[in-house]
Amino acid sequence: MNIDKIDRQIISATQAGLPLTPQPYQTIADELGISAETVMQRLSDMQEQGIIRRIGAVPNHYRLGYKFNGMTVWNIADEYVDEIGERVGQLDFVSHCYHRPRHLPEWPYNLFAMVHSKTETGVKQQQQIIAELLGEFNLGHDVLYSIAILKKTGLRIGN
Amino acid sequence: MLTPMHKQLLNDYQQDFPLSPTPYKDIALSLGITEDEVLLAFNELANEQFISRIGSIIVPNHIGVSTLVAMAIPNEQLQIVADIVSHYPEVNHNYERENRFNLWFVLIAKDDEDLQSVIEAIEIESGFKAMQLPLLEDYFINLGFEMDFDD
Repeated sequence: MNIDKIDRQIISATQAGLPLTPQPYQTIADELGISAETVMQRLSDMQEQGIIRRIGAVPNHYRLGYKFNGMTVWNIADEYVDEIGERVGQLDFVSHCYHRPRHLPEWPYNLFAMVHSKTETGVKQQQQIIAELLGEFNLGHDVLYSIAILKKTGLRIGN
Repeated sequence: MLTPMHKQLLNDYQQDFPLSPTPYKDIALSLGITEDEVLLAFNELANEQFISRIGSIIVPNHIGVSTLVAMAIPNEQLQIVADIVSHYPEVNHNYERENRFNLWFVLIAKDDEDLQSVIEAIEIESGFKAMQLPLLEDYFINLGFEMDFDD
């Protein structure tokens, strides 16, 4: 998975946001001193290689009315966590689903699923749906609501 | 307010934004509207902050290394520690959450050595332990998050 300096520059430029002009890739190409074809080809290659997940509009969930985001966390036996994670990740209200390490004794949870809803009740219902899906595989869970966004920036990388 | 066109653009173009010389024109053609209408609608979505940008989304941990970090901070010191943490350019998201672990942030660095040195610096400067929760597996299925605009 090797990317070079030009790939990094293209990622940086496109992460900041494509310009809202008729030929946005040309604008980025001009800034980098390369051709628009190169920009598009490399973006396409990086998607194929699994470096770029997607190219598109990045919604602001909070502004769109999804004011309640809950980080639901679950304690799943290690031998089942992949199977369970795949199933939870398929739920349409789950935006991210990750396996992370436990830190015993203070942190027993190894599966994280981010849910979004317009109401606090909605988050509770989503948590309940996940709990029902997990059944006896769920050895314990919690939900952490966000109270305040203290810093939020797009991913930045060096050149 | 969101118009039907805004909603369609939001739901249809979270992924597969055209990789062509004139992407907005391509979108316009597929929706049967003009390029100017598409550009105007995206401008409105951006200006009203319904979208943060049209851009590329990177798969975690392919470029540099990152980890989620949680800290348990007494309430009266939370703002001070949050400011210390946010000050580091390696810190990407920083949220206050309702839990004993009340400060949650994502750190990104070029390699693990850099990452550990930033965490160490944060622990020393704040006086609190940082719990590292790096991603072990990403159960990524959904492409984009389906918006419910019915209510």
